[in-house]
Amino acid sequence: MRIITHTKHAVNISQAERIVSAIGGGILAAAGIKKRSPGGVALALLGGDLLRRGITGHCYAYEAMGVHTAGPGQGQSTSVPYELGIRVDKSITIAKPPQEVYAFWRDLSNLPRFMKNLESVTQIDDEHSHWVVKAPAGRTVEWDAIIHNEVPGQMIAWRSMPGADVDNAGSVWFREAPAGRGTEVKVELQYNPPAGALGAIFASFWGKEPSQQIQEDLHRLKALLEAGEVPTTQGQPRGQQEHERHGAKVTEASEESFPASDSPAYNH
Amino acid sequence: MKAVCWYGTHDVRVENVPEPKILNSRDALVRITSTAICGSDLHLYDGYIPTMKKGDILGHEFMGEVLEVGKDVPNLKKGDRVVVPFTICCGRCFYCQKGLWSLCDNSNPNAAVAERMYGQSGAGLFGYSHMFGGFAGGQAQYARVPFADVGPLKIPEGLDDEKVLFLSDIFPTGYMAAENCNIEPGDTVAVWGCGPVGQFAIRSAFLLGAQRVIALDDDPQRLQMARDGKAETLDFSGADVVEQLKEMTGGRGPGSCIDAVGMEAHGTAIDALYDRAKQAVMLETDRPHALRQAIQACRKGGTVSVPGVYGGLIDKFPIGAAFSKGLTFKMGQTHVPKYMPKLLEHIRSGEIDPSFLITHRIGIDQAAEAYKMFRNHADHCVKVVMRPN
Repeated sequence: MRIITHTKHAVNISQAERIVSAIGGGILAAAGIKKRSPGGVALALLGGDLLRRGITGHCYAYEAMGVHTAGPGQGQSTSVPYELGIRVDKSITIAKPPQEVYAFWRDLSNLPRFMKNLESVTQIDDEHSHWVVKAPAGRTVEWDAIIHNEVPGQMIAWRSMPGADVDNAGSVWFREAPAGRGTEVKVELQYNPPAGALGAIFASFWGKEPSQQIQEDLHRLKALLEAGEVPTTQGQPRGQQEHERHGAKVTEASEESFPASDSPAYNH
Repeated sequence: MKAVCWYGTHDVRVENVPEPKILNSRDALVRITSTAICGSDLHLYDGYIPTMKKGDILGHEFMGEVLEVGKDVPNLKKGDRVVVPFTICCGRCFYCQKGLWSLCDNSNPNAAVAERMYGQSGAGLFGYSHMFGGFAGGQAQYARVPFADVGPLKIPEGLDDEKVLFLSDIFPTGYMAAENCNIEPGDTVAVWGCGPVGQFAIRSAFLLGAQRVIALDDDPQRLQMARDGKAETLDFSGADVVEQLKEMTGGRGPGSCIDAVGMEAHGTAIDALYDRAKQAVMLETDRPHALRQAIQACRKGGTVSVPGVYGGLIDKFPIGAAFSKGLTFKMGQTHVPKYMPKLLEHIRSGEIDPSFLITHRIGIDQAAEAYKMFRNHADHCVKVVMRPN
């Protein structure tokens, strides 16, 4: 997970193009400076911007036109258009063919089966859907979303509709893993947490650590598709004595049994 | 039902808890007829495994009768006698398909916790901390067995519980330890630790063609048990172990070394005292005395196999010796289902009777005293089997 506070220099140019741009810009700028004429100044300015463009990887003209030549992993993806907020990238490999994993995800009503805090997703039409998220004290947060980009069998991208309480967007890619090992599923998710009480409710959707929440959701998706069920211990017996007295809820690791809890072995 | 619950270091209690239920369609419920305390349970008892919670039900070596099955367990029916592997395996992920059962991708509901600790998560385990799933264990009258269509091994008529119970963990664990150390004809295998896993490692090494097995411990009774298994023995309390092993092998050193001790090794050598001190002040989580000796003693080009459990960090790892001698290391939790059918055949054919190990037979109500006795090697305790029903 990373928090994006300033995206003026978000990379939207591919690596090869950046190198060409930087070298070409450098030559033009040098030539322009040498000329010492109004034409030379213009040339130097143009060259200078090409050089900047190469170095930063960001093209304002591309941004204005919505063009994006950077590949995945090189920067912000077009399918996640919001440039502020919290960005999470998570991947998992699932031993099923991409088409099958894609189809499972594309039936949005399946999402609550593995996304823990999602109560329901209702398909309105082929592109539009209504999302209901569990919030503390039995409350819910809801919004409409649109699938604004899709490559069947490969990618689904969605974002919240204008007027949503919380701006959020995401995409999921399904790529064939090598040697018949199934599908590499990559989720990119971005949201802009609002201030105030609503922000707190929304933050609880992805927990204190949204990247871990999404990681766990992807584990559940994998188990569901590979093993046919999600492993669970909810509802199994346990000793009651101190458990009830302290009302301790066991959902996560604790180091209480561990004499070396300050050990550098464990980073929290 | 009655169950053995963990409440903290040196604090286990037998409690009445609700009976388990089927929670998933691949679950089965088992009425437990026999269950054992494992040496690795002592790591929990001594408080060395993180992510235990008060009230956790212990136990991962158990067998019993199938009481009920979920709708997706076609291979089992009510009344079947089964031994349950301590590793919970989905049978369908990349790792299960490759036979690396203890690395199952889909059986640990708390995989993210293990990932934070270890980078990736292994299989869920019965009764072995929340990092490994937080599954209720089998030191109880009943247990829920997830993915029951994959793990449990049906036991044919005519074989006593005591002969087959250890297929759940320690026999496969000792066998995998021996298999992992690449035994070639003429090889000498040295086994550190003559507890239950060490005893099975000794016997498995011979099954796999070892010429000689040298067993190391400081408990005379356990050394005797090793000699009963045709091993030569070495008391490591006073000896210069590395030098003696060299002398016993024509100066070569044992080609295969098995550390069947793990994280709570005790010794009197200077490095052992150093580890104790560091562990006490929390700079080190595991005491690797046996592992260091195994590395130092191992023949050039040999293999060090580690069935003993390690959980955290160790210090002063002799990487220079390991590198200079070109050693191979193999380790990890046991891929139990891979070995169960083969070892059941060894038992059926009479080549081995695992019940030789059992020193104490108790009911579940004596569990707390039994943990204490086993931990302190009191009353010559090597292996405790409980009949909870």
